[in-house]
Amino acid sequence: MLSIVIPIAFALVAAAFALSCWRLLAGPSAPDRILALDTLYINAIALLVLLGIHRASTLYFEAALLIALTGFVSTVALGKFLLRGDIIE
Amino acid sequence: MVDVLLSLLILIGAGFTFLGSLGLARLPDFYTRLHGPTKATTLGVGSLLIASALYFSAHGPGLSLHEVLVTLFLFITAPVSAQMLAKVALHLNLHSVAPPTGDPPPVAHAGKAREQGPPDHPPMPVYPQSPE
Repeated sequence: MLSIVIPIAFALVAAAFALSCWRLLAGPSAPDRILALDTLYINAIALLVLLGIHRASTLYFEAALLIALTGFVSTVALGKFLLRGDIIE
Repeated sequence: MVDVLLSLLILIGAGFTFLGSLGLARLPDFYTRLHGPTKATTLGVGSLLIASALYFSAHGPGLSLHEVLVTLFLFITAPVSAQMLAKVALHLNLHSVAPPTGDPPPVAHAGKAREQGPPDHPPMPVYPQSPE
């Protein structure tokens, strides 16, 4: 059962990646692009978790946790830069 | 039994992840686009992480609680970044498709409308201009 479901889930997450990349390239304003980057890192976490289930390996959680940390920090830094013109005042 | 539950959770998670990105790509303005990734995608990733915890608890040596860390961090940080992006959009004064809400500001030449019916609000007082 899992051998059928996991490729479907991979395909759905890949389609999510493609849509987010399209918004990243086409987004009319800067916050759109930041939101697309935010969505991309959350999609990467989803893909890593799926890969961990697929390969039955717990190695990928540390990578997912690191991506979550750096993604949040980068989103806040970009937002702060657009909001205040500086990151650390 | 565990496999059926796992498959259901994985399908729900991947579906919501896809729906969040679809909302990001298809919705008309930034304020509506903010809804997709911040709610649907977070729910989808949460479902996938529950599935992962269930899988490694069922097939691994013991209870697997690594996923709770990622889930907690993601669920705490997603609203923070969403609020930051909304503040950025308001600061940049981005275009919104929603009509403005609230009372319209009183206009000076509303005499014609006032003759047809009672006024909704008293006329604004006119303050004298302070000399420079």
